Amino acid sequence: MSAILVLVLGLAAMAAGYFLYSKFIAEKIYRLDPDFKTPAHEFEDGVDFVPTNRYVLWGHHFTSVAGAAPIVGPAIAVIWGWVPAFLWVVLGTVFFAGVHDSGAIWASVRNKAKSVGALTGDVVGKRARSIFMIVIFLVLLMVNAVFAVVIAGLMMNFSSAVVPVWGAILVALVIGQMIYRRKMSLPMVSIVGVVALYALIGIGPSVPLQMPAEVAGVSGNAIWILLLFGYAAIASLLPVWVLLQPRDYINGLQLFVGLIVLYGAILLLNPSMIAPAFNDNVPAGTPSLLPLLFVTIACGAISGFHGLVSSGTTSKQLNKETDARFVGYFGAVGEGMLALAAILAATAGFASLADWEAMYTAFGQGGVNAFVEGGAFIIHNGLGLPEATAATLLTVMAALFAGTTMDTGLRLQRYIFQEWGEIYNQQWMKKPAVATLLAVGSCLLLAFGAGGADGSGGLIIWPLFGTTNQLLAGLTLLVVTVMLVRLGRPMWYTLAPLAFLLVMTIAALLIQLRTFFDQGNYFLLGLDIVVLVAAILVALECVSALKRLRNEAPAKQE
Amino acid sequence: MSDDRHEGREARLERIRAWLSQARFFAEEVYSSPYRGAIARARRDEDDLFMLLVFSEMMGVPNPAAYYTLELQPLLLERFHDWHRRMGMERSPLDHFKCC
Repeated sequence: MSAILVLVLGLAAMAAGYFLYSKFIAEKIYRLDPDFKTPAHEFEDGVDFVPTNRYVLWGHHFTSVAGAAPIVGPAIAVIWGWVPAFLWVVLGTVFFAGVHDSGAIWASVRNKAKSVGALTGDVVGKRARSIFMIVIFLVLLMVNAVFAVVIAGLMMNFSSAVVPVWGAILVALVIGQMIYRRKMSLPMVSIVGVVALYALIGIGPSVPLQMPAEVAGVSGNAIWILLLFGYAAIASLLPVWVLLQPRDYINGLQLFVGLIVLYGAILLLNPSMIAPAFNDNVPAGTPSLLPLLFVTIACGAISGFHGLVSSGTTSKQLNKETDARFVGYFGAVGEGMLALAAILAATAGFASLADWEAMYTAFGQGGVNAFVEGGAFIIHNGLGLPEATAATLLTVMAALFAGTTMDTGLRLQRYIFQEWGEIYNQQWMKKPAVATLLAVGSCLLLAFGAGGADGSGGLIIWPLFGTTNQLLAGLTLLVVTVMLVRLGRPMWYTLAPLAFLLVMTIAALLIQLRTFFDQGNYFLLGLDIVVLVAAILVALECVSALKRLRNEAPAKQE
Repeated sequence: MSDDRHEGREARLERIRAWLSQARFFAEEVYSSPYRGAIARARRDEDDLFMLLVFSEMMGVPNPAAYYTLELQPLLLERFHDWHRRMGMERSPLDHFKCC
């Protein structure tokens, strides 16, 4: 089957979702009101609450939610064949992610731009709020550990990307100085930054830096993981304008360039789908598609992380309430497009089925490496770029995204530790450096504890990360559902996705529990039980909240 | 005839200039809007420390630069109220320096 056909089908379905379904949701369910005074206007302070142009806000929202996760998840999930992954990404974006993201913005905007965490406390209950904190902490922990493992794997496999990836950090540092000290104009600086970044990518293949397989008794992979956490710890402690701000900006530009290049190459080359539509011949040890598919692809179909961004910063800057549809729903569509590109690269970018099967030898294999190699194959044949350069380009894209998420995640984890220090009155824990060390330590424990001292087993926890992410999404959907019921509006459009997510998440956790037990991996077994308990608590919260609402309703009618 | 062409070029230049300034506006918004809050807070923290230095002598903390900071006090008077509120003091902490 032609990849262009798949691409067009996917884009058409997402476009229909945006133009038809999101219109229905925005007008009939959330009833977004153009005259509603949003918190950005009500509490305008020029700092947090600033009414922002909706295109700018969309750009910010999209680049904060789009990271490496919509690349890694789909690229792992195509092991079951491309059709299941494709369907879940497209339908998930239309019926789950878009509704969830715009719903989170709406819920927050209608409640003084409070975060989902605070809203869970107000709307659902105190207990739910504590569960929420624990789930957030688990998500951050896993995302940091997994991404460190992913980038370390990329650095080992694609040595040509080492210089551009670390050089990009240098470029960002220089750009930050140019803007704040030299006060240079931004369009000028953008051009300089992008040219410098792509020049680095261009020279990358001629200056490969290969980490030896073993250094002083420690595997090269483990060294990369340690170096990455060292970087993330320093980056999360620096003032934001020094590194984070310019780097996010460059990353955002790079995201659009990367997407355009990849989509353009697919259109020019028109490769055919090499991977089977449904893979009957999955490698031994691959878990069943149902329910694992729905937690393997979290970002790209639905992701709880988006709710944090939607209610954290986006809702404080929303100019008009009706913009929630464009920013939230179309932001989800943007991420769906990234996931779609990842699926196409990881299934159509191979010369033969044998090549593809050699990549996907076991569950958790392939992944981002398949995305890079497949994507490089397509770009090389479609646009004529040398394959090594194309591979470097995509590696840099994936590694920079994962790196951005890592230091943001570490910063957030540090805040949580500091908050715990505040709650339990531990002065030492409130110090930024100490809290950062605690955050890094817990992540390292997970990265190395999950499997093997070389840290190569870290990707085993990917589905576990998906489950926690879905739980977070479930909690946000619960908040939106409760709000809708209280307003006397239909609740099925948010309750159905919520129920589906909870069932799939709990089923996946039970299956994984069995796998970890059989493997004798007691560390992950323990972690699985923690997530499972959280999942069951979330389900109970849902039931009790809905019951309470049913009792409330007759009382109101009297 | 040549005048027309001249005007056409002027108009085109004007359009390009407008487009460029629009592009600059968008780029600057995209660059600064995500971090506006974090940077403003960091700046406020620095300003708060500066306030403490300027008013330290009045609160009994010796300051070798008091002679110079005294001159700054009238200039910072406007910010005094917000500052002491932010520092968790409902009223002005200084006996002889009432502000609210």
